[in-house]
Order: sequence, then C-alpha cells, then structure tokens
Amino acid sequence: MPSSNIDTDQIIPARFLTTTSREGLGEALFADWRYDTDGRPRPDFVLNQPQSQQCRILVAGPNIGCGSSREHAPWALLDYGFQAVISTEIADIFRSNSLKNGLLPVVVDETTHRWLLENPGAEVEVDLVNTLLRLPDGSEASFPVEAFARYCLLNGVDELGYLLSQLRAIERFEQARG
Amino acid sequence: MSAKTLFQKVWESHEVVPETAETPAVLYVDLHLVHEVTSPQAFTVLRNRGLRVRCPQRTLVTMDHSTPTETAQIFGGKPISLESAAKQVRQLEANCAEFGLDLIGLQDERRGIVHVIGPELGATQPGKTIVCGDSHTSTHGAFGALAFGIGTTEVGYVMATQCLLQRKPRTFAIDVTGRLADGVTAKDLVLAIIGRIGVNGGTGHVIEYRGEAIEALSMDERMTVCNMSIEAGARAGMIAPDETTFAYLAGRPRAPSGAQWEAATDRWRNLRTDPGAPFDKQVTLAADSVEPMITYGTNPGMVMALRGSVPERQDDEVFARSLGYMGLQPGEPLLDRPVQVVFIGSCTNSRLSDLELAARVLAGRKVASGVRLLVVPGSQAIKRQAEELGLAQVFLDAGAEWRESGCSMCLGMNGDTVGPGQYCVSTSNRNFEGRQGSGARTLLASPATAAAAAVRGRITDPREFLH
Repeated sequence: MPSSNIDTDQIIPARFLTTTSREGLGEALFADWRYDTDGRPRPDFVLNQPQSQQCRILVAGPNIGCGSSREHAPWALLDYGFQAVISTEIADIFRSNSLKNGLLPVVVDETTHRWLLENPGAEVEVDLVNTLLRLPDGSEASFPVEAFARYCLLNGVDELGYLLSQLRAIERFEQARG
Repeated sequence: MSAKTLFQKVWESHEVVPETAETPAVLYVDLHLVHEVTSPQAFTVLRNRGLRVRCPQRTLVTMDHSTPTETAQIFGGKPISLESAAKQVRQLEANCAEFGLDLIGLQDERRGIVHVIGPELGATQPGKTIVCGDSHTSTHGAFGALAFGIGTTEVGYVMATQCLLQRKPRTFAIDVTGRLADGVTAKDLVLAIIGRIGVNGGTGHVIEYRGEAIEALSMDERMTVCNMSIEAGARAGMIAPDETTFAYLAGRPRAPSGAQWEAATDRWRNLRTDPGAPFDKQVTLAADSVEPMITYGTNPGMVMALRGSVPERQDDEVFARSLGYMGLQPGEPLLDRPVQVVFIGSCTNSRLSDLELAARVLAGRKVASGVRLLVVPGSQAIKRQAEELGLAQVFLDAGAEWRESGCSMCLGMNGDTVGPGQYCVSTSNRNFEGRQGSGARTLLASPATAAAAAVRGRITDPREFLH
C-alpha cells in the first residue's frame, strides 16, 4: 500500500474500538477501504485481490500508522495475519504499539522500499536476530530495532515482568520524593 | 552545570532508572488519565496476572469517547442507544469498582473530555509526567508537563507499576515571534505550524513552543496548540509555565494550596529552558503572518489559508485521491463553499473561551437553513458556566444543538456523526477519511471560522463577524 500517511483511523475505524478484547479485529482491518457501504468487499482494494491472500508482510508508504494511538491498529493487523510492516518511516506510537504485540515495524531505505513496492508478493525474510531484511536475490537491508524490544521479542521476555522486577527502584524513587 | 531544556529537566527528574544502550529508561508517571475505550484490555491483563493498580491516587478516570451527548441518555433515564458504548461504560464502572479507582462517571458534575478536566481540576501541573491511552494527551504539555499518548498495553504497565519504559526523544524548538492578528486564533497558528513542518515533521521529537506570541496565549490557547502536536507526529508538545499558568491553577481542587502552593510555584519557576540549551531541530514562525486557516485534504498537514486556493500537485496520486474524496479541485477557492454540518467541540477547542468566541459570531444571528450546528462543551463544568453566562442561550436562539460534554463528533464513536458526502467545518483535530462518519468531509478550523460557516451556510472569513 504505497500511500503515505496511512492513519490508524483507516487501519481500524473508531466504531470498532468499543471491543473489550484484543481478538477478532482482523475482520474490520481497513474496513472503510475494504468494504462498500453494503458490506461487500471492494474488488479494487488490494487486500481483496487473490494475490494478497497469502501475504504476511505489509509494505506501506511513509508515516504509516500516524494519527490516533489506538493499539487496536496492530491488533487488527495481527489478527488478519500480518507479521510485519515495512516502510521508510513509521509513526512513533504505532511503532511502539506494534513492538508490544510482536508485529515487527521494519524501516528500510528508499531503494529497498521501492523494490518491495514494485514486487508485491515477493518472498522476503525478516531476520530479527541480525536485524536484516533478506530479499529473494540474497541482498540484505539492515533495519533498526530498539534494542530492548528486540531482546524481549527474541527471548520471550515479558516487558511488564521486567517493569515489575524494578519495583524496589520504583519504591526508592517514590520515597525519595516524599 | 550545562544548559538544559525544559524537556530535559522534566525527563531527568522522573528517571527511576536511566537509559542504557541495552535498556530504555524506567520513567515515573505522576498522573495517569484513563478513559473507557483504551482501558478494558489493560484491566484484563492486571486481573489475569493478579495485579492491583499501584497508585489509585495518581489515576484519574472518566468516560468521554463513546458516551452519548444527548441529555436524555445521560440524565433522563433513557438507555444509551449504542449497545457497544453502553457495554464499555458498564465495563469501566465494573473495573473501577473491582480495582478501587475513583471514577468520574456518567452523571458526575466533574465529567468531561479527559484532556479538558485534567487541567480544570488542577490535576495537570507543571513538571509532571502525564500519560493516557489517547494521542491528544499532548494537550497537557501546555502547562510545562511532559505529556504523551500511550497504547493499551502501556496503560496496563502504568496501572501495575506507575512507570513506563521509554527511550529519550529528541527535541524541537518552535519559536513564534510577534503576535497573532485580530480574529486569528491559536487554532489557526497550530494549523499553520503543521502546514509548515508537515504531519511527520515532529516524529521522534518533543516540541517546545516558545516566543512572545506563545507567551501571550491564554492557557486555553496554549492547550489548543499543544493538543495538535501529535498531528505533526511529535511525541509531545510543551510550553514553559509562567504567571499565566499559575493564575489558571490557583485554587483548583487538585492544585497545591497554602504553603505548598508557594513551594510549588517556586519550583515551577525553574521549569524553563536555560539560555543556550541546544535543541536537535529548530524552526521560527512569525505570528503576524498567520491567517485564518482551514484544511482542505485528509490529513491535518493539508491545510491552507481560508482566503487561499486548494494547492496543485502534479503526479501525486495520493494527493489526487484525497481531493477526490473531498470533492475538491486544485486551484479552486474554499470561501463560499456550502457546508452542511458545523461541529464546535473536542479537546482542541471546547473550552469556555472557545465557546465565547463562537458566541460572539452567533449572537443575534441564526444558523443557516439546512445546516446542522452541534455545540458540545468540553466538560460539564464548562457547560454550566456557558449556561450561566448566557452563551448557551445564544447557541439555542441561533438554532444550534447544545449537548452534554464528550468527544462526540470529533470521531463519531457515540452516534454523533457526519453523513456521507457532507462537508463539516469542525473545531476538532483530525480530518482523516471517514473519521467523523463514513464518507464525511471534514474541514478543520477555529471556533470563529466554524461559527461563521454556520451562520452563512458557507465557508466564511470569521473576521466579517468580529469587529
């Protein structure tokens, strides 16, 4: 989806935010672009096309995920079946929310991005251990990932557990302030 | 000691554990604002893991996003008509009871949009870290607080530990010289800023707004500016506290008082950027050259002067698609275009001074035939004040709908929506496709511009009505 500035209202419209769980939002992913007003899939929307059906990686234009902080956006993408989002620029809160849920935000250079957009359906490998994106011809593009988020994802470390392990320091901080 | 920015001072004073190469900082949160839409799943995590809320006294909970604004559904015994909204309201009530949190509930006289009531109650204060599962948390930066939006998972972290894991953002100084001209508002200023730096201009940065034009703004106006920092992609927006800030806070229920007030204001006076402190990015804007603004496209960066023309952009499919959605042509003016809906409300512009400005335009005038004007005050307190001051009567006499507070038509979660293909001049903060309703065409503007559009039924320069 090459458009820049795809906002989280498009990824998951507000009327779906009344859910009290994290599951089942895949149906509503890009709802207003995916379905017409009668609820029928729009044939010209990329996700409704046959070649998209096995895709697990979304390649999007710059500033993907801008706008609202709704974590429902990565939940919907994951529930639909996506495992990673690739762009040249990913909005801050969306990036953080994605990492919290194991949806990999992958930022690559313009050249790699252009190649990906021109080759939809290509099989690529996202190597989180080495933070490399491997293209079919064997070439590799490095992508930055916040070190701790990467560590947690690779080692199954629970961030909340980590924070809870800091309780002594938190207590000291609270006491020092009075 | 090296020169520090306001941001750095607030950040450093909240580091429980500083950042390392391997680990983010553990940052303490002074105030956690909670609402009904982004909290249910967080409470579920706490429940599943047998955790309690660490600091109930640092947690301010209300409901605003999916709540109805119709009086009968709030006070009249009429059930909430949207079942999914009713469920979220009940869920939050149950969660607060279970976890021992005070809830500013549906009929509470203190209820309102969370980013309106935090400051109103004096809970928002200089130098605090303030978070909420909502991107417009940046609003509170107007007080010199470090305030930013978080996702639901992080809402759970804050509930359980009163802390977050954060990497330090970069800093961006936006210096605004001169003064805003008559009839040009803080909303026009922030729209001009976003137009200048772009919807990703602030990504990865905390913006500090400085300069004489900023210092001249009231607290309501500073909140409008900081509120829309997220629309430029920024992590947060801050304005250094000063006597204007202290005057606003003095006497509010959760503000310090007596000897503690003196101690607090002494501390707060040091919350400024030191001379010579470096920023990662800097931009200067002249307030005098800001005109009344309006968005024409489908993100807040697609903005123009009200008296201008829709820009042209060759070979830009996304731009063309956006104009197609909006039903606009490059090169055409927006002035005099008919509109069908006007919304005055949202955490950007629903405070008393916003309503006063709208009332100045609407006084003695009528909403044009065929136009729906919805006025939603930012809080129940503002609603009462507006009624006492006669502003509500101005709105009602003009033929507007005057509602109970809430987010309402900003994002249309509660049934207050704009119809497909309808143009809505809105004092809210986002004009994304479908945000206010499927097929809705949002034009973001100031309360004065919105009120003027309601009177004429067409996009109008509000300065015609303001002398």
